[in-house]
This record gives sequence, structure tokens and C-alpha cells, in this order.
Amino acid sequence: MAGDNPTSQEYIQHHLTNLTYGQHPDGSWGFAHSAEEVGQMGFWAIHVDTMFWSIGLGIVFLALFISGARRATTGVPGGLQNFCEMTVEFVEDNITQVFGNRPNAIIGPLSLTILVWVFLMNCMDLIPVDVIPQLALLAGVEHFKVVPTTDPNATLGMSIGVFFLVLYYNFKIKGPIKFTAGLFTHPIPHWSMYWFNFILEVVDMIAKPLSHGLRLFGNLYAGEMIFILIALLPFYAQWVLSLPWALFHVIIVSLQAFVFMILTIVYLTQAHGTEEH
Amino acid sequence: MNINLTMLGQMITFVAFVIICMKYIWPHLTQAMRERQQTISEGLEKAVAAEKQLEQANEAADLELDAAKKQSAELINQARDRANQIIEEAKGQAREEAERIIAGAQGEIEQEINRAREELRGRVGALAIQGAEKILESSVDRNAHEGMLTNLAAQL
Repeated sequence: MAGDNPTSQEYIQHHLTNLTYGQHPDGSWGFAHSAEEVGQMGFWAIHVDTMFWSIGLGIVFLALFISGARRATTGVPGGLQNFCEMTVEFVEDNITQVFGNRPNAIIGPLSLTILVWVFLMNCMDLIPVDVIPQLALLAGVEHFKVVPTTDPNATLGMSIGVFFLVLYYNFKIKGPIKFTAGLFTHPIPHWSMYWFNFILEVVDMIAKPLSHGLRLFGNLYAGEMIFILIALLPFYAQWVLSLPWALFHVIIVSLQAFVFMILTIVYLTQAHGTEEH
Repeated sequence: MNINLTMLGQMITFVAFVIICMKYIWPHLTQAMRERQQTISEGLEKAVAAEKQLEQANEAADLELDAAKKQSAELINQARDRANQIIEEAKGQAREEAERIIAGAQGEIEQEINRAREELRGRVGALAIQGAEKILESSVDRNAHEGMLTNLAAQL
């Protein structure tokens, strides 16, 4: 908690501020000490907490699965291998259902990475909101947001990455000419409506990564917001609300990771299909 | 809620993780899964084949057993027949032998009787002649009475 006796608003504001490193208006580089300072830093700043947790959890994911893959035998699998294979099989099933059996080297690992990584990042939401920020405060760090997926930078970063891949496949499968032509001739194939089609298609194209990233961000942000609001209650009453909300949030945590993965697969499928809308 | 460099950083991190996953995780796990799947399906196929083989072997064994039973029954019958035949043969032989022996004995007896009869005849003839000589007190010409003597002997 910032200050000795923060008001509710200060408390919430504090919890929603990232640990940001960037250039101050006066030209010096350093950590921002308030939300206003963060705002003044503009684009050339980085949320250290988001990066720390997302990279850390990504390494957890990679370490877990690499050690599972290293020990992968074709015989009777051990516990870790079983877990890894179950996850892989789940991802593969979903890909087969949506994407079909077309050979593609990227979609599988991409979906697996998204599912597990986003799930782990979402899981950070279940840690009581004050624990890690308080520990960070003891270590002298003023702001420390724990859940990377409550930072739109993180979710949009991923969704835009997926978007680039979608563009790449659009170009690769349809070819630049057909792809460009498709922007004008869809959905109304008449020359007088080409300008209208183009506006529609561009809006549609931009809306996809935006909604993809903001959906995940919105769900987790709202979830954390409610945890923060619950944390404003007296400590002995908090569990009455935080326990049911945490239990319910377990569904959101896994569901949003799943939705993010499925949408990725759907977008990639659309990029591959020449006939689909 | 500021869009800043974090987005770029996150994107780069994301790409790096996907590439690592693509290189070190996904192929290993999927390959292990495929291979195990294949091993299991092969094993199942083999089990089915083995079951079929077992069934065939059982059938063959049953057939063999039936044949053996039939053969042994046949052999037993044959042996029984043969035994009966031997017994019959033996009986026949014994009967024949017995008859032969009886016939031989009867022949001998008859011969003995004949011989005894001849001897008796001779002797009776001689005795008759002696008797007659004594009665007549003269010698009877044997040659003159040969015919009468033989006739007498034959009548005995």
C-alpha cells in the first residue's frame, strides 16, 4: 500500500499501476513513481513487472515441458510426460477440430505455448492481491503488478504476434494479389462497392487482434479489480467474498486461456481457407 | 493502461517462446505419442492374430484327437476280430487234429483186430487140422485138403 494510510482510491490506483521504467519528462531515465509519471513517459517505457512475470512464467512453462519432452519415451510414460502429453493431445484435438489435418509446423507449438503460458499468467490472479506487492514494497519496489494478462500490452503483444502470423499465411496461401483483391471484393462483389468493402475488411482485420487481446485483458482485469475491491473490506470479512470469487475465477482463468488459444486457431484457419469468410 | 514498449517486448518474448516450443517440445512429444500409438496398435493387431492362431491350433488339435480316437477304436476292433479269428482257427485245428487222431487210432484198432482175426483163423485152421488128424488118426494130406481148410477158416 502506498503511503501510510491510503484512501480506497489511492489503494486501487496503486494496485493498477505497473512498475514502469522509462524516460522522465526532464530527460532522465528511471522508474516511474506514480501513475501520472507513467503517463508522461509515453510509448518509450517498459512495464518491468509485466515482463518479469511473463518471461518468468514462460520459462516455467518451457522448463516443465522441455524436461517432459527430454524424458519422452515411446514406452510407458511417467507422470510428467503423461501431463505434457495430455496437454499436447488436448491442443491437438482442438486443432484437428477447427484447423483440420493440414500439415503446419507452427500452429501446434503456437497453440500449446499460448494455452499453457496464458494459463500460468492468468493463475497469478489467484494469489492474494496484496502478497507479492507487499513483499516487493519491502524490497523497495513501489509498484508491482503480478498478473501480466491484466496489462493490455501483454495481451495485445500476443494477439498482434498472432495477427502477423495470420497476415503471413494470408499472403502465403492466397498470394499477395488474391489477398489484396479479396480486400476489395468481399463481401459485396460489385465494383461500385469496392471502397465500402475495403473499409469493412480493414476494420474487420484490425478488429480481430484488438478484440483477441482485449478480451483476455478485459476478463482478467475485471477479475483482478474485483479482488482489489474485496481487499478493501476488513480483513476478517474478506474471505466471505474472495473465496467464492477465487473459485469462480478458476473457471475464468482456464477458460480465457482456452479461448485465446481457440481464437488463434480460428484466425489461422481463416487465413488458410480460401473459400471461408 | 498505457500502451508502450512492453507490447513490443511481450511480442518478442512470445515469438521466442513459440520458437523454443516448436524446436524442443512439440516434435519430441508428438513423435513419442505417435510411436507409442503405433506400438500399441501393432500390439493389438498381434494379439488378435495370436488369438486367431490359438483358435486354429485348438481346432487342429481337436481334429487330430478325433482322428486318433477313431484310429484307436478301429485298431481295437481289428484286434478283437483278429483274436476271435485266431480262436476260431485254433478251435478248428484242434478239432481236426482230434478227428485225425481218433481216425488213426480207429485204423490201428481195426488193423489189430484184422491181424488178430487172421492169426486166430490160422490157428483155428491148424487146430482143426490137428484135431482132425487126431480124430482120424491118420495124416490128412494137407495139400489134398487145403481147399476144405481154407474154406473152414473163412467161415470162422
